[in-house]
Amino acid sequence: MRRRTLLVIGASGVGALAFTLGLGWWQNRDSLQPGSALLPLPIGKMSFTLTNHRGVTVTPSEWIGRPTMVFFGFTWCPDVCPTTLSDISLWLQDLGPDADRMNIFLVSVDPERDTPQVLADYLSNFDPRITGLTGSLAEIKRAVEVFRATFEKVPREDDYTIDHTAGVFLFRADGRFGGIIDYHEDRRVALPKIQRLLKAAS
Amino acid sequence: MKYLLTALLLSLSATPVLACETVQLGSLEISEAWSRASIGMARPGAFYVTIRNIGATDDALAGIATPVSGKPMLHETVVKDGVASMPHAPAIPVPADSTVQLEPGGYHGMLMGLTQVLKEGETFPVTLTFRDAGDVTVPVAIRGMGAKDAGCVDKKD
Repeated sequence: MRRRTLLVIGASGVGALAFTLGLGWWQNRDSLQPGSALLPLPIGKMSFTLTNHRGVTVTPSEWIGRPTMVFFGFTWCPDVCPTTLSDISLWLQDLGPDADRMNIFLVSVDPERDTPQVLADYLSNFDPRITGLTGSLAEIKRAVEVFRATFEKVPREDDYTIDHTAGVFLFRADGRFGGIIDYHEDRRVALPKIQRLLKAAS
Repeated sequence: MKYLLTALLLSLSATPVLACETVQLGSLEISEAWSRASIGMARPGAFYVTIRNIGATDDALAGIATPVSGKPMLHETVVKDGVASMPHAPAIPVPADSTVQLEPGGYHGMLMGLTQVLKEGETFPVTLTFRDAGDVTVPVAIRGMGAKDAGCVDKKD
């Protein structure tokens, strides 16, 4: 908390870019309020079992010890999901080998279509450090719930799409919630948020 | 003349560079038409483009058509309370003296029912129908799945 206060006070003094950073923090904070005033649970208190795109069973307790980045999406999503994956790939490229020390997950909200193999094919187009997770609808629902995220299947004529939480969730290495990177947040705001987590973990 | 130009553009559309060139339709300038490579044909594709209206009257993009999609539609990505949804956009306003971008996270064409795999480096035609200015066909560059823009050298931002 004290770190954050210092950060904001510091930012207000150092000109336009720093102002933007501070603003980003405030906007980010505000954006957590609507929908649910609740924050995601710490990873240590999460409980669900999913399968990664390599076919291996994954539980969140394995994530403790490294900073973690999680977002929700689905591979049939034409606009938001490739854009977020591309954003994340660019962040990881900027972070370089530092980002090797992170867990990075795409949790599918479309387990009906996103099998581990489908996720593997899809993710081969993006940074290899991104791991896809899928599972039974019940387990996906449990995961979405502990992140205080939402998703909703929306029928179309002979098809469906899925509305879903678009931000990227960040967690510290000890599993505590570390903030959200909003959809379309500027790279100059997004990167320092991740770097803070990495620095704290080093 | 318009058709000649269109035909010329399409006949040369083997190189994606052309998607960066501007196609004129009355007072509308259409440029940076691009899409992402697809995995197979089951998933919907997306279509992005920049439309500049240098005229003094408002227009609107009323629809799109392309041989690569059985059902192309205009959509808008809306993020409300952190949740992304993709409502259908009946028309996209193109006000006088302004530039409208169909871009990731905003307005976009959704190409449902792909009739062919979209391969990086290739192009396909999309016909844009404007309420007042009528139709124009532009070549669309297929970029990689991780692309975020048309990749034109003179990109504005």
